[in-house]
Amino acid sequence: MEKTANNKAWFMVLPVLVLVAFTAVIPLMTVVNYAFQDSFGNNQFFWVGLEWFQELLASERFHDALVRNLIFSFTILAIEIPLGIGIALCMPKKGWGVPVCLVLMALPLLVPWNVVGTIWQVFGRADIGLLGYFLNSLGINYNYTQDPVAAWATVIVMDVWHWTSLVVLLCYAGLVSIPEAYYQAARIDGASRWAVFRYIQLPKMHSVLLIAVLLRFMDSFMIYTEPFVVTGGGPGNSTTFLSIDLVKMAIGQFDLGPAAAMSLVYFLIILLFSWVFYTVMNNAGTEKKHYAGEE
Amino acid sequence: MARIDLDHIRHSYLPNPASPSDYALKEVNLTFEDGGAYALLGSSGCGKTTLLNIISGLLTPSEGELLFDGKPVTELSTEARNIAQVFQFPVVYDTMSVYDNLAFPLRNRGVPAAEVDQKVNEILRIIDLESKAKRKAQGLTADEKQKISLGRGLVRSDTNAILFDEPLTVIDPHMKWVLRSQLKHLHKQFGFTMVYVTHDQTEALTFADKVVVMYGGEVVQIGTPDELFRRPQHTFVGYFIGSPGMNVLPCEVDGTVARIGEHTVPLQVGLDPNKSAKKTEVGIRPEFVKLGGAGEGLPLKVNAVEDIGRYRILRGEMDGVALNAIVGEGENIPESPTALFDRAQTNLYADSWLVSEGA
Repeated sequence: MEKTANNKAWFMVLPVLVLVAFTAVIPLMTVVNYAFQDSFGNNQFFWVGLEWFQELLASERFHDALVRNLIFSFTILAIEIPLGIGIALCMPKKGWGVPVCLVLMALPLLVPWNVVGTIWQVFGRADIGLLGYFLNSLGINYNYTQDPVAAWATVIVMDVWHWTSLVVLLCYAGLVSIPEAYYQAARIDGASRWAVFRYIQLPKMHSVLLIAVLLRFMDSFMIYTEPFVVTGGGPGNSTTFLSIDLVKMAIGQFDLGPAAAMSLVYFLIILLFSWVFYTVMNNAGTEKKHYAGEE
Repeated sequence: MARIDLDHIRHSYLPNPASPSDYALKEVNLTFEDGGAYALLGSSGCGKTTLLNIISGLLTPSEGELLFDGKPVTELSTEARNIAQVFQFPVVYDTMSVYDNLAFPLRNRGVPAAEVDQKVNEILRIIDLESKAKRKAQGLTADEKQKISLGRGLVRSDTNAILFDEPLTVIDPHMKWVLRSQLKHLHKQFGFTMVYVTHDQTEALTFADKVVVMYGGEVVQIGTPDELFRRPQHTFVGYFIGSPGMNVLPCEVDGTVARIGEHTVPLQVGLDPNKSAKKTEVGIRPEFVKLGGAGEGLPLKVNAVEDIGRYRILRGEMDGVALNAIVGEGENIPESPTALFDRAQTNLYADSWLVSEGA
C-alpha cells in the first residue's frame, strides 16, 4: 500500500510546535545564550566563549555539590527501591484493605513539596518537634541546623517518607497484574517464597521498576524545595545540592553566565545518567526482543 | 500415580454457607481410577475448576475428604501432594531458559544435578523442544509455552496425577489437534492419572476414557462417550453433549405412553408409581428422529435446514417447542413432515433425571 503524502498535515501540529517552542525551546536557548556571555547591569552582554564552562568544571564548589548530590541520589535509591518493593509485597491484593492502603500510600505524594519541607522542619526541631524532642530525650544529640549528619539524615528520611509511596504504587501495579495461575503453578512446582519473588514477581515488576528508578533518580538529582526549606543547604554547605547551588549562583549572586553554564552541564549529567540507567535496566528487555524476533 | 477418591466433598466460597445454592460444589463422590484419562465437562461456573483445585490442593474443601490411594490428603499442601497442573494460560518463568523451566520443580525438591539433567533432557525430547532448550521461555509461542507447563508436570517421576484446566484455550486450532494427540500418546506411554477440565465436548470425548459431566455444582453423569450419547442421565447431559443437543419435549405420562399435546409417543418405561414427579419430559437425540409424511407422526414445523456437509440439520418446532432432526444428504424432506421417534432411543425424564428400567 502506498502512503498518502500530504504535507499540509504538518500545519496540524503547528500549534503544538509553537507551544513547545515557547515553553521549552526558547527558554533553553536563552540559557544557552547566557552560558556563552558575560552580563553586566544595564543589559550589557559580551561574548566569553567557553570560559564559564572551564571555570565551572574546575570549580571545587561545583564538584562538592555534584558529589553530595550523587551520594544523596544513590542513598535514597538504595533505600526507597527495596523498601518500596517490600511494602508493595506486603500490601493486600483484595478486600477492604486495598483502598485503605492505596489512600495511605498516596497521601505523602499529595503534599506540596514546600509543605513537606515545613512539616519536617517543625517535626525535627528539638524544642517543639515530636521527632527532635523524642530523639534528644533519648540522649541522642540531634540538631539538623548544626550537625551535618543530622541534617543529612533528616533530608534523606524526609525524601524516603515523601517518595517511597511512588515506588510502592508502581510496584503494586506490577504485582497485581500477575495472574493467580503463576502463584498456583509455583506452589505445584514446590517453589520457595524467595523463588516466587525472584522468578515471578521481580521479572513482572521489571518495567515498572525501571520507571521508578528513572523517576526517583531524576527527581532526587534535581531536588530543591524540601532541603531548601529544612536546612537551606546547611549547616555550612553540607546539604547544598546542585539545584540549591544553582539558585544561589543565579539569584543570590546574579551570576547569570556561570549559572547558565551550570544549568547546561547539570542537564547533560541528568540526561547521561538516565540513559545509562535505561540501557542497563533494559538489557534483559532487549534480549527478549532479540529472542522473539529470532523465530 | 494414584487412585483419587473424593468422599462427600462440598465446597463453598462463602464463609458461612447456609442453603445448597451457597455451595459452588454440591456433594461430590467420585473415584478417578489409577491411570485413567478423565474429562470433567460442563459449562462455565459449574464447579469443574473448583473440583480440580480441590484435588491439587490449591483449595481446601469446606467439607469432605480427599484420598490418594486410600490415604487422606485433604490437609496436605499442594507441594506434598505431588500433583501436576496445567493451567488455561501457559505459565512459564519468563527469565529462565526452557531447560531451567523444566528443571525448576526438580531443583526445588533438591534432586541431584545429574538426575535433573537426565530427566530434563528426556522431557525435552518428549515435548519436542530440544532445539530450544537454551532459549529464554519468554519469546516462545503459546503452544510451546503450554508444552513447557506440561513438561514441568511430567518431569517429576513421582507425580500422582496430572490435572489440566482447559489447557488448549489459547492454542491455535491446528495446534490443538497436535497437542491433544500428544497428550493421548503421553498418557499411554506413562500411564499417569489424568483429569482434564474442559467445556468443549469434542475435546472431552476425544481425550477421555470416561467423561464426568458436571452441572450446577453437581456431577450429573459419569460414563464413556457412548453412554453419554445414548443414555444421558440428565437432560443437561443430553443438551450439552451432541450437536445439536437432545430434543427435550415436556409431556404427560400415561403408562408407557407419553402425551405431547394431542399426540402420543410410545416409551420403553413408565414412571415409578411410588415417586411423584413435578416435571416429565421426553428426550430424543436428533439422530434418532426420522421424518415421515403427513399423519405418520408428530407434525413438525420446519424453520430452517442447515447443510453441514455430511448431513443436514433440520431445525423445527412442534407446538412451540424446538425439535431438531438429522436428515441424511440424499434423504427427501416431505412437504409437511412429521417426526417419528425411534422407541429404543426415546428416553423419559422425571424432574430432569432419566427414568430407567427397574428404577
